[in-house]
Amino acid sequence: MSAAENGKLTTHRGMATWGERLVPLEKFRQATASLGRRLSDAERRAEQRDFLRRESDATPVEGPYSRVVVFGGVYNNHLALEAVLDAAHKHGAEAVYCLGDLGGFGPSPEKAWPVLLEGEVRTLQGNYEASLAAGREDCNCGYTDPRDNHFATLSYHYTSEHCSSDFKRWMGDLPLRRRIRIGQRELLLVHGSPRQINEFLFHSTSPVSFLEVLLNQESCDGLLCTHTGLHWHRRLPSGRDVVNVGVIGRPANDGQPGVWYAMLEARDGDLGVELLPLEYDHVSLAREMLQRGLPQEFIDTIRHGWWTTCLEILPARERAKSRY
Amino acid sequence: MLSIEASKATAPRVALRSLDTLWFQVAGTVCNLACTHCFVSSSPSNRTHEFLSLEAILPYLEEAVTLGVKELYFTGGEPFLNPEMETILERALRVGPTTVLTNGLLLDPERCRRLSRLAEKTDYSLDFRVSMDGFSPETNDPIRGEGTFERILRGVSNLVEAGLNPVITVTEVYEDNGSASGKERFFELLRDLGVAKPRLKVLPVFQIGAEAERSGAYEAWQRLRDSDTLDEGWSHLQCSSCRMVTDQGVWVCPILVNEPRGKMGQALADTLEPFALEHPACWTCHVYGVSCKT
Repeated sequence: MSAAENGKLTTHRGMATWGERLVPLEKFRQATASLGRRLSDAERRAEQRDFLRRESDATPVEGPYSRVVVFGGVYNNHLALEAVLDAAHKHGAEAVYCLGDLGGFGPSPEKAWPVLLEGEVRTLQGNYEASLAAGREDCNCGYTDPRDNHFATLSYHYTSEHCSSDFKRWMGDLPLRRRIRIGQRELLLVHGSPRQINEFLFHSTSPVSFLEVLLNQESCDGLLCTHTGLHWHRRLPSGRDVVNVGVIGRPANDGQPGVWYAMLEARDGDLGVELLPLEYDHVSLAREMLQRGLPQEFIDTIRHGWWTTCLEILPARERAKSRY
Repeated sequence: MLSIEASKATAPRVALRSLDTLWFQVAGTVCNLACTHCFVSSSPSNRTHEFLSLEAILPYLEEAVTLGVKELYFTGGEPFLNPEMETILERALRVGPTTVLTNGLLLDPERCRRLSRLAEKTDYSLDFRVSMDGFSPETNDPIRGEGTFERILRGVSNLVEAGLNPVITVTEVYEDNGSASGKERFFELLRDLGVAKPRLKVLPVFQIGAEAERSGAYEAWQRLRDSDTLDEGWSHLQCSSCRMVTDQGVWVCPILVNEPRGKMGQALADTLEPFALEHPACWTCHVYGVSCKT
């Protein structure tokens, strides 16, 4: 240990650090003991109640439905979009919802729009649409890894260049949330989370009590979201459901080229939730990506199902299951 | 240095929009190192804050559940000096995803295996952040202490061997640490160590505590004013969504624990009111866009 360090250890004996000064320990503790609030139990309960209260949401409720298909993250993948609409038709879904993020990653931003319109897909605005409609310079991901930033920027510019101004205007007019009724249940549909368009709700970082509070605040019986690229379903102790419907534009980082979507239906007064795999012509999509000059890293993901870029967002648990 | 009182009149106030992140100063300011840039001046003899016991932590976890907390963080000092640390982690993981900020020195193979088993049996992510300040002994050791570079790498290796993949946390004690090439050198160092999926977080330095002695304290102009407010408000600041528990009560954030005025109350419910950004360290968070969480 250096002399300077030794000196510091000596100075700390019996002393506390108060900002940049050293003060006797008792002086610091006396100061902190009298600072801050110390409310009564009743006051604390009132504070908690006020803190958790949210304004009621006037979003009109659509439905009631007995069966719907919900997906997220088209990511410029028109082939998967067509495939999921076919699947919805076969399931006899009464309505199809897309939770946003139409752009990024894939080859054909402009091909998705007519498919969405013809398929009467009820679409929410994702952060990608918000950025494109506002004419932002990048997707605002802010990665630490310069490599991640490089691919995110490249993908955003590609998407922006291939979207017409009409398409972007349409994106800007999309709603940020919807409510639907399935049987007895009223569900809230958002892109990221009810409170933030780009909040990540991963399975391993969305604890039960957090979700219960969120659903209480929104007065809903269930929540559907996307944004992370990974699908999951959690039934809460209250009996309500939170479903991340996943994305159809890119595999779920599981080594399979297929993608995922959700089907929800009324079942004897309960809500049936199914997360379903979707096969589509990923070989043609990979070919199209190659023709369009998109990075090999993206094409590899489409072919093999493992994410190769922008892995930084993954929590420890999800990253551990990841190949890269 | 300008007094806190002097900047009070113009300091903007930040509301707590939700309690997403709850921090625990689980080792107090007690550390087995005495890094020259430590903003809380942790050292073996700094008892400004003492260890938090499991018994002291449990009521806060319970209150945090009521408030809908999203994630828990444990720091110090060195968390693994706290003899109850692993039991505390086990209890925390029943509530939500948990991260430990460590210097890596106490991560022997056996402990890492226990931590790995803990990570596997829970529903939520258990994550580790290991601090390092240079990509060589020549750059790291003058900051963190002689011989620490090798010992940190050993701790990281032990974690990785047990199947845990820590985030290496680097401060900008050297300007180059945060540059694109600097980051690449850290990634390389980790890859050479056999870390297949290197993870990195870069933080600026806070010119308080030991760092103020090392490189100088804040200047009088480094204060936030109401006019600094962005269109989207202060939601980029961690104090809009976090609180910090120490053995003496609840503080606004992890940075200001050695500032008595950073203390907001005893229970979490006492601390749900707005906080005035009077401290010069608040300026760093705003200007550098800092978030202590991963």
